[in-house]
Amino acid sequence: MSTTTSSPPRPATRRKETSTNIDRSQARAGYMFVTPFLVIFLLFFLLPLVYAAYLSLFREQLIGGTVFAGFENYTRAFTDDRLLEGLFRVVRFFLIQVPIMLLLALLAALAIDSGVLRFSKVFRIGIFIPYAVPSVVATLMWGYLYGRDFGPFADLSDAIGTAAPNFLSDKVVLGSIANIVTWEFTGYNMIILYAALRSISTDLYEAAAVDGASSWRIAWNIKVPAIRPALFLCLIFSIIGSFQLFAEPQLLQRLAPNVIDSAYTPNLYAYTLAFTGQEVNYAAAVSFLLGLVIVIASYSILFLTNRRSSS
Amino acid sequence: MNRPFLPAIRRRALLATAGILSASIVLAACGGGGSDGSSSAAPETVSQADIDKAMKTPTDLTFWTWVPDIQKEVAIFEKQYPDINVKVVNAGQGEPQYTKLRTALKAGTGAPDAVQIEFQYIPTFSITKSLEDLRPYGAEEHADTFVDWTWGQVKGDNGEIWAYPQDTGPMGMLYRKDIFDKYGIAVPKTWDEFAAAAKKLHAAAPDVYLTNLASNQNGVWMGLVWQAGGQPFETTGGDSVKVAVNDETSKKLGDYWQGLIQDGSISTDPDFTDAWFQGLARGKYATWLTAAWGPVFLTGSAKGTSGKWRAAPLPQWDAAKQASGNWGGSTTAVIKGTKNAVAAAKFAEFLNTNAETTNMFATEQFLFPATKALLSDPSFTGQKPAFYGGQQVNQVFADVSATVDDTFQWPPFLDQAVTDWDETVGKSFADKGDVGSALDDWQQRTTDYAENQGFKVTE
Repeated sequence: MSTTTSSPPRPATRRKETSTNIDRSQARAGYMFVTPFLVIFLLFFLLPLVYAAYLSLFREQLIGGTVFAGFENYTRAFTDDRLLEGLFRVVRFFLIQVPIMLLLALLAALAIDSGVLRFSKVFRIGIFIPYAVPSVVATLMWGYLYGRDFGPFADLSDAIGTAAPNFLSDKVVLGSIANIVTWEFTGYNMIILYAALRSISTDLYEAAAVDGASSWRIAWNIKVPAIRPALFLCLIFSIIGSFQLFAEPQLLQRLAPNVIDSAYTPNLYAYTLAFTGQEVNYAAAVSFLLGLVIVIASYSILFLTNRRSSS
Repeated sequence: MNRPFLPAIRRRALLATAGILSASIVLAACGGGGSDGSSSAAPETVSQADIDKAMKTPTDLTFWTWVPDIQKEVAIFEKQYPDINVKVVNAGQGEPQYTKLRTALKAGTGAPDAVQIEFQYIPTFSITKSLEDLRPYGAEEHADTFVDWTWGQVKGDNGEIWAYPQDTGPMGMLYRKDIFDKYGIAVPKTWDEFAAAAKKLHAAAPDVYLTNLASNQNGVWMGLVWQAGGQPFETTGGDSVKVAVNDETSKKLGDYWQGLIQDGSISTDPDFTDAWFQGLARGKYATWLTAAWGPVFLTGSAKGTSGKWRAAPLPQWDAAKQASGNWGGSTTAVIKGTKNAVAAAKFAEFLNTNAETTNMFATEQFLFPATKALLSDPSFTGQKPAFYGGQQVNQVFADVSATVDDTFQWPPFLDQAVTDWDETVGKSFADKGDVGSALDDWQQRTTDYAENQGFKVTE
């Protein structure tokens, strides 16, 4: 992206040719580097999206084969109670779980960065390790811990003499899932925030020390504002992650089959529609709508926070 | 504004490429859509000469099954037909396998030649024309080999034979004799006696329940409806299906069990979970309403209770007329469109009719037989396992097998029906709610689904 107007006038035409040669060869090299990614992006992302969009315009029935349905699948999705219920559920999940998780991650990152913590490396790895555990393993493990007859909480309450808490009951199960997700992802967010903290110029700290600021003030007035972009990054990841909640409810479904139904989250609903109900077309429409909702949510949050920061 | 990164020509080229690619995908998808409906007119029998020729041609068959150690039976087949090589693949047990099978069928590649399908799922795969009619390969000769109701289960609406029965699961009751003796409970012969016993037992021992009605086990519910003479689903070929899951029989059952659940006499824990296994082992459940494969299963999963269990038929609605239902049991079917239809059909036939292999299924894998021969074979029925205090458990279930009604039918969309059951009726068990209105919900959901799929639904 070069403009020719600002380059100083040179007598030799060779100069001009070399600069455009360099531009062109640089551009070519650039395209070559990007091509492998683009090919994979095209094959495994764009084309399936297009195919899914195509599928969502049809309806395949067990009797009668495939018919063109236009936007029927989408209108059906807008009036589908179960889908809307699932959507509200993940919104509730997002509004409660994400702030708590990001707060914990921020506190952990600040604590480790402050240098006051002994064995900070141990804490750093310790908090991060749950992220390295595959979510399937984590959910199965927590499912056992939540067990009403034979988990550790049940044993504890037996020892005390009270009834074992039912972590998988109607009212509480969303919180139990939120607990698992927080356990899994706090470390991941913490590392991102910690890396951002590490890149803050130490001049700021010196200036603050000269002004007599305490560590709390430094944290609140210098560190947190400085890592705002990283915080937004974590927020966007969390939005996408919460709305796409799938693995944890699906695995806990086996343990609480009457509490977690097949439309518990929109993603789970799309999966059940496609693979149990064989309604692939409607599942495609639901997936697109979910994607749209996520895009709208991400952009609105970004828009709101940008406006606030620029005003 | 910055100058756009992609010059106009390049942008147009990119859009054109994307457009061409999308169009080609669309065309490819169009080409692969919908299979031709093959007519179910009288099938041409394959001549014996052709069959013999096919069995002597070197062939590779793929067989999806979850029966453990089935290689032993397959080896017997391969010894008899050395030119046929069978590759056994475990693609999952039950629903995970069916999901994979449907995916492979839709993709047009990767499906096996022969596959293990449970009785209740046969209509789900025959409606999509995924199964090979076995009549041309001599299946009709075996009408008398198998117990009548199993043959009824594998028959299609137009007389097609979709699979060979492999094993069955007629329902009976396994009970803890020691608990019954301790609390003075007689073995209930009718459902009224059962209800009275449930209340009595739970009053005397608050930690023990006469039985557990699992809130996630549609198979048991359907088996009980089957026993009570219900006909919730019927297909008559063509595009109409009868859905009546909230008919009088089901409502009667619903009221009965709701009473027991609501006064706390029976539990409703999900089955085949860790907690449930522990419950069995620790004597939380005094009976298990289960299928004929239950006795062996219990031997493996509740070892500590050996010697304490006995078997009996299910309690009856009408003491004068013994009846039962079926839960589970599998068949071997052949996938339509396989290149090795003859070899696969003959393999399925051999596996399930040959005396040696069927005997092995009963003695090695402890599958409950589907053949009349084995069910009347004293070496099978005369077994006296110590786990059941020496009782001839197989004889009990063999007698039960003769009382299973042979007109019960399954819907051609069982996965969806089961999921809906879990979320309506099963949930009402767990919530101790109104089972009757849950049945109505189930009826509504299933009818909506069927209509969405193009069926004409009758009640």
